[in-house]
Amino acid sequence: MDRIKEFASTFFVTGDPLIYGADVAIVATMAAVVFVLTYFKKWTWLWREWLTTVDHKRIGIMYVVASLLMLFRGGVDALLMRTQLAVPNNQFLQPEHYNEIFTTHGVIMILFMAMPLMFGLFNLVVPLQIGARDVAFPFLNSLSFWLFFFGAMLFNVSFVIGGSPNAGWLAYPPLSEKMFNPGVGQDFYIWGIQISGIGSLMTGINFIVTILKMRAPGMKLMKMPMFTWSVLSSCLTIIMAFPILTVTLALLFIDRYLGAHFFTLDAGGNPMMYINLIWMWGHPEVYIVVLPAFGIMSEIVSTFSRKRLFGYKSMVFALMCISVFSFFTWAHHFFTMGSGADVNAFFAVTTMIIAIPTGVKVFNWVFTMYRGRISFPTPMLWVMGFILCFVVGGMTGVMLSVAPADFQFHNSYFLIAHFHQVLIGGVAFAYFAALTYWWPKVFGFKLNEKLGKWAFWFWNVGFYICFMPQYVLGLMGMTRRISHYGWDTGWWELNLVSTVGGFLMGIAFLFQVWQIMHSIKFMERDATGDPWDGRTLEWSLPSPVPHYNFAVVPTVDSRDAWWEEKLRRERGEAPAPQPKLEPIHMPKNSGIPIIMALCWFVAGFGFVFDWLWMAIPGLVGVAVCMLVYSFSYKTDYYIPVDEIERTEAAARGAV
Amino acid sequence: MAQHTASHGAHEHGESHGSLKSYVIGFILSLVLTAIPLGVVLNGWLEGTAAYVALMACAVLQFAVQLVFFMHLREEKKPRYNLLALIFGIIILITIVAGSIWIMMYNQVAH
Repeated sequence: MDRIKEFASTFFVTGDPLIYGADVAIVATMAAVVFVLTYFKKWTWLWREWLTTVDHKRIGIMYVVASLLMLFRGGVDALLMRTQLAVPNNQFLQPEHYNEIFTTHGVIMILFMAMPLMFGLFNLVVPLQIGARDVAFPFLNSLSFWLFFFGAMLFNVSFVIGGSPNAGWLAYPPLSEKMFNPGVGQDFYIWGIQISGIGSLMTGINFIVTILKMRAPGMKLMKMPMFTWSVLSSCLTIIMAFPILTVTLALLFIDRYLGAHFFTLDAGGNPMMYINLIWMWGHPEVYIVVLPAFGIMSEIVSTFSRKRLFGYKSMVFALMCISVFSFFTWAHHFFTMGSGADVNAFFAVTTMIIAIPTGVKVFNWVFTMYRGRISFPTPMLWVMGFILCFVVGGMTGVMLSVAPADFQFHNSYFLIAHFHQVLIGGVAFAYFAALTYWWPKVFGFKLNEKLGKWAFWFWNVGFYICFMPQYVLGLMGMTRRISHYGWDTGWWELNLVSTVGGFLMGIAFLFQVWQIMHSIKFMERDATGDPWDGRTLEWSLPSPVPHYNFAVVPTVDSRDAWWEEKLRRERGEAPAPQPKLEPIHMPKNSGIPIIMALCWFVAGFGFVFDWLWMAIPGLVGVAVCMLVYSFSYKTDYYIPVDEIERTEAAARGAV
Repeated sequence: MAQHTASHGAHEHGESHGSLKSYVIGFILSLVLTAIPLGVVLNGWLEGTAAYVALMACAVLQFAVQLVFFMHLREEKKPRYNLLALIFGIIILITIVAGSIWIMMYNQVAH
């Protein structure tokens, strides 16, 4: 009995009333989910329609749902931090707890919120935009999702079991080494990110192949929609950057698990090498998440200006340039490391250079709007918010790139304000715009405009109130990651203002949740499939899209293919004769991805606690899943013509 | 694609997947290129800079053998996406290695 008690007291996180509250909430939520599923007899439905699906649209929806849940958790972390910093010498959070919260906030927001939301949008939009019936590797797509999901769960479990990581979102050694961090938190960090990282890499490969090989006939590369281009450039960056992360974290794991000395202070190790390596992934990573945002902006701006995108070729060139240049700027994250003037000068210049293609894009959007017939529904509002916010964030980035000045800005709140400005104002605003814009395509109804506008204004006003004071605080000397400050610093007023802004963004999130619920309740079905008068192929389909996407694969002869088609119809030209329907070749659902990812979770959990009796069966499970899939031959089927006809008639019935 | 019945075992790819001869040549070459470094190190045939150069040369040749004989880089039809991806990968690889050496060599903190 005593041994069980002793085990439980180290296994579960104890001591903080906030944690106990969370424990109760987690258990209650899980019980409620199980109860609802059982009561309404939905288990089979859940398994057949969602958990085993290989349909890119459903996988996309699952990505979005998971990332919104993670946004909630990361957001609560942010509000806890802002509450702690609202007044000097606050006793709300203990320093140790504060360390854990800023670590999980950073990791969750980048890796488990921004990345999956981005992958969700890839899945929801790209195959429809290029006239494909699914991604190139549907099974792999499902596996990617479940690896992300279980990686994220493994990371989140550390909250109540074993203890959270506390060495910052990039886990710099020596703090993240065994010597200074003997608990399991860092191991949760390593395994959570490693498992989901495999998924990210596979998604990158999947979408590159999809875009290069599965475009509709006639869609040359230079006729692709801009969002598809941005996904291609983002995925190219993924496949080059993520292996670096995997290797770096593997080395850190070897240090911790096997007692190696890659990044230790003694025995020839060098922690600086870790910082060097992790930013080789870390810098491209921020471009990975922001590149699709540029694509989203381009689509929305041209739709709501009712004009072709200005400077298509320069946009493509800018996207591809960023893909490559993003690999040559990493050292600007550690100018203060002391690599000498040559190194710092080189990376300062490359950092300034990479701002140029980004500036080109801003001008392209502005010129697209010039003399357009602009309307301002919510997605377009987000674009406005994005452009303003991103330009200011980009400017402060250029300020940070000046190496001598960076010695002042480094790790201060100036930096914090800068990267939140590009990640919230750039990435998050763009993804919210994309969600509102493509929502009717995915679900068949628009989101409520009024609540959407409330959410938009709360986000924007909250953002500026929260982060503008932080630029000043940074220049006043407030460094990041401090949990307490004294009355004598003079930082109190600005911090309080910043906290108010943080809570305004919290309210904005509630508005978004309300917006979604309200729109579901008072659903107004969109019968046209093209509620925004869109330009690209996805709007030519009924919403929600039938699971085979295109009954007949379209032939494309220009950019903005659907817009041109609509113009042709307006002119009264006879539509091209539709070829006869043929049976459609589709992939079958598979339960292997979720089981395999679950095995990874078990293996990861075993490694975290150094329980080989658990880790080895987990890895064996992974191997068995691979073997079983290698020997399963009936992975596809055909949809017969009469079923397609029935589906099309039902979907287009209202048109 | 849609016209074929997907029966296992039947390859429907248009691209050639090499012949027995090319696989055997590739296999022997990679064995030889593995044996040389082992011999160099275990038997002490070469020392110092010469050994490093020999090891590096074998590694690079091994890389080329894998790409040509097993990854079928030469047999790719146009557009040569695999070749482009490889070139991009090599650029990044050189950046990682040379960049790290450059940054860490002049690291004033470490010295």
